[in-house]
Amino acid sequence: MHLPLKVHRIREENSTFRTYIFKHDLRAKPGQFAMVWLPGVDEVPMSVGWQDKDEMWIGISKRGDCTTAIFDQIKIGDRLGVRGPFGKPFELKEGYKKIILVGGGYGTPPLLFLAKEAREKGMEVVVILGARSPEHVLYEKEFAGLGCEVVNSANHNGKKGHAIEIFAERMEDGKVDCVYTCGPEKMMVKVAEIAQKNGVDSQLSLERHMKCGFGICGQCCIDGTGARVCKDGPVFSGKQALSLEEFGHYTRTGSGKRIALE
Amino acid sequence: MNFRVKCCGLQFENPLVLASGYLGVTGASLANVAKNGAGGVTSKTLFMEERAGYPNPTSLTFPGGLINAMGLSGEGIRNAKAEFETYRNLAPDCPILGSVGGKTLKELVECAEIMDTYPVDLIELNLSCPSGADEKELPFSCDPDITAKITRAVRKVTRKPISVKLSPKAYRIGEIAQRAEAEGADAITAVNGMGPGMLIDIRMRAPSLGNKVGDVSGQALKPIALGCVYEIYEHVKIPIIGTGGIVNGNDAIEMLMAGATLLGIGSAIAYYDLKAFAMIQEKIKRFMEEEGFKDISDLVGIAHKR
Repeated sequence: MHLPLKVHRIREENSTFRTYIFKHDLRAKPGQFAMVWLPGVDEVPMSVGWQDKDEMWIGISKRGDCTTAIFDQIKIGDRLGVRGPFGKPFELKEGYKKIILVGGGYGTPPLLFLAKEAREKGMEVVVILGARSPEHVLYEKEFAGLGCEVVNSANHNGKKGHAIEIFAERMEDGKVDCVYTCGPEKMMVKVAEIAQKNGVDSQLSLERHMKCGFGICGQCCIDGTGARVCKDGPVFSGKQALSLEEFGHYTRTGSGKRIALE
Repeated sequence: MNFRVKCCGLQFENPLVLASGYLGVTGASLANVAKNGAGGVTSKTLFMEERAGYPNPTSLTFPGGLINAMGLSGEGIRNAKAEFETYRNLAPDCPILGSVGGKTLKELVECAEIMDTYPVDLIELNLSCPSGADEKELPFSCDPDITAKITRAVRKVTRKPISVKLSPKAYRIGEIAQRAEAEGADAITAVNGMGPGMLIDIRMRAPSLGNKVGDVSGQALKPIALGCVYEIYEHVKIPIIGTGGIVNGNDAIEMLMAGATLLGIGSAIAYYDLKAFAMIQEKIKRFMEEEGFKDISDLVGIAHKR
């Protein structure tokens, strides 16, 4: 069943990314997602980018039929159908003192929500943001406002892969309890590998084509364990993810056919 | 206490078989379900061509069950070979039913012919999905003659056991099952979802499913599925895979008593996740202990004896 939520505010982050803000407490935890429905078009999984008792943020990138239709049709006061929250959240263990978040482009929203929780627990949070160009870096001010140390890799002349290099250097400093990442899968592979090499746990938020959202249809299952990204994920430990033969190599279309990852 | 089931020459560790359309897109997913306690699994129905299916929402719960309109998405039977090989490697001892469909008799037979070459233990003919419909928009299995014709044609292209999956929409379903049996079917799977059904979101002022209409399963389907299985049991000697609305142990026992040898499990996963398999088994075993049954087969069809 969908909640009919009215859009309270829309933030235009850049030409292809907007934050839709709802006055609703979905009781989501960082890392969980919701299915967002535009009747007559489609319904797509979206990470919850912020949740407090008053507001829920959902960051939407314009990249398919449904998100384009949302950009074109949905104005303040219009309703979107929302189901959720779904999936396993990030695990933020008690006793962590310092964590690093690595956000790649439009994968950044769930990390903002995670940063909020980590800062409320008094953890030191380093955020490394990567994007194809400076205007695509998301939520830099919000992270800073939470008291995170923010490293915007796109401002370091925006060289591709730079976020990973910065991350690798910051890992050398030591004393990191856990690394969290969401972004392009090949980036997350590198983050998980670097964390593992440094003996540090990591958690990744994966993306696959989803249909039901609650673990019955099997569309988003990942090879080799057959784990359901919507139910057993979307957050996986780096160790788990690196052991999956599919991770970093291929994904599946809505028909279930394998396609290589870009 | 014996909980194993021998059916169509296959050994099932327990009578619970994952129903087609649930968690059956990939071999690894099917193997994960086997690992979680299924006695057997069924793949998603495969057609000749690749299909993306309907837009979301494709599957929703409501108080009383589930409704879905996946649109028979699938990668196409020729692309799916690797999934069956993966399954076989990961779960060598847990039987797998390969489900095939077709918009036409010819397509369905062709799919069965290809499925025959894959490492599956039984071929399930999905004659009951609304998308594989005749010109009257009725599933093939609503017509006794078409059901007989397809079963006969598939029987010629495979020596693997065949189960014919029927629709609850059929009039005189027992006689249709009988026709399938006469043409060489080894089992009957009963039943598919019923419908077309609809949910309307009153605030969004629109049908809730992407396809507007879909098939109903879960609790709402159970009494209908039981009625169908009971009737089929009176008409055929071949085993029945009783499917439809088995959500808990009590439902499973009812289905066995109506005449099912194996039980198709699907909607229970929506309520109890993969734990459903262990939970339902435990409930059946406890019931057998309490009531003094030594063999699961002693429950099958027992409701017909009074």
